[in-house]
Amino acid sequence: MSVDLNSRPRLAAGCRMGENNNQRVLLMPERALRLNGPSLEIVSRCDGKHSVTQIIGELQLIYSKAEPHKVEQDILGYLDLLQKERALDFEM
Amino acid sequence: MTSTPNNPLALVAELTHRCPLHCVYCSNPLELQSRSNELSTEAWSRVFKEAAEVGVLQADFTGGEPLARPDIVELIRNARSAGLYVSLITSGLPLDEVKLDLLVDAGLDHFQLSFQGAREETANDISGTKSHQHKLRVLQWLKRYRIGLTLNFVIHRSNIDELEEMLAIVEESGAGCVEFASVQYYGWAFANREKLLPTRQQLEYCVERLKRAENELQGKTRVVFVVPDYYAKYPKPCVGGWGRKLMLITPSGDALPCHAAPIIPGLRFENVRNHSLREIWESSNAFQRFRGEDWMRAPCKSCDRRTQDFGGCRCQAMLLTGDASATDPVCSLAPQRPKVDIVLAQINDSPGAASGSAVSGVASGGKVDWLHRLNPA
Repeated sequence: MSVDLNSRPRLAAGCRMGENNNQRVLLMPERALRLNGPSLEIVSRCDGKHSVTQIIGELQLIYSKAEPHKVEQDILGYLDLLQKERALDFEM
Repeated sequence: MTSTPNNPLALVAELTHRCPLHCVYCSNPLELQSRSNELSTEAWSRVFKEAAEVGVLQADFTGGEPLARPDIVELIRNARSAGLYVSLITSGLPLDEVKLDLLVDAGLDHFQLSFQGAREETANDISGTKSHQHKLRVLQWLKRYRIGLTLNFVIHRSNIDELEEMLAIVEESGAGCVEFASVQYYGWAFANREKLLPTRQQLEYCVERLKRAENELQGKTRVVFVVPDYYAKYPKPCVGGWGRKLMLITPSGDALPCHAAPIIPGLRFENVRNHSLREIWESSNAFQRFRGEDWMRAPCKSCDRRTQDFGGCRCQAMLLTGDASATDPVCSLAPQRPKVDIVLAQINDSPGAASGSAVSGVASGGKVDWLHRLNPA
């Protein structure tokens, strides 16, 4: 299943951001993911308002020293992983 | 072990041993704690704060039946305000629509509903009570809320053939996750083991069917399958490694590295009434005993897999070999693996094993003579 660029990801039911010892985490049923740098920038934009295209655009600005195509591929890969983890709903 | 351990990540809060169900594979100890010994609301709430302080992210409310606690709404609210992610692991039985509304309102993150089968007759036989229809009603009520939902089907010989119907329940529910959790053989399940273990043929079909289900449900429901480890080649990384990730608190406040740990002779458990969670995590005898690798013997101590499975399950080693420091006997490299193979041979070589039915009286419509879990005084 691939990620639709026009869809707007948001955290799935039972998933939310949390914090412990100054470490941001994505809390999910029975598991948690540490969020650092780019992963935190991505997940905090999964609010049902940003489209995938917008998330890519904003991160390409933040990480302007990185190759834009590489940034895009990394984001799509990460969103795909979160989808397989059932951490995201993609709204159209 | 002298090195400082990682933070614990999960707190399993066994709020009570009371339960309206009497499941034949219940993971509670054979000796159940009575209501009069249970921790108070205040004590639990202090435990939640201490847990968050020591680095715990998630609290799993379980039991017994956690909804049997009259203060369950308050406990959820207090765990949430301590900063924890709260899961409720429940039979759903003592629930009505008003109560569910209160639980969600208190901040419940994740609702895990257990199922004993897909057919009413099977489910009621296993749980020793009429419960199945009510669970289906609870699933309908849950559709009104946007909280995490996991269905947990506990799998064994008498219900593993209902997989197709279980999957239909999952699809109807819209759950984000389903666990097909094979019974693990401790406590009441160990007492009923010969009647619960599936046949190899049943298991092979189950594995193949769930692989397909994983594809069919991708993006909708995450499918998790927990194999019965008697059939596995290597042991499970029990509790994510002893004293490595998880603390379990019993209804009366004892802190355990694993729910079955009291069967291991000589372990001393500290109580949350007398010590903070941090003290217990860092220096309790029971948590230190099998933490790290110093306790390991051959073949574990030089095995490449020791950082993945941590030598397997100490309680299983104790139950099957009488020695808690032995390699988990389900491991194909364990000197005592024949003890497991003998049990599997009894299941698979008996007449009728091919159909998965004729063992221990499950056959010919005969009722199984279960040892049902009792209720504490």
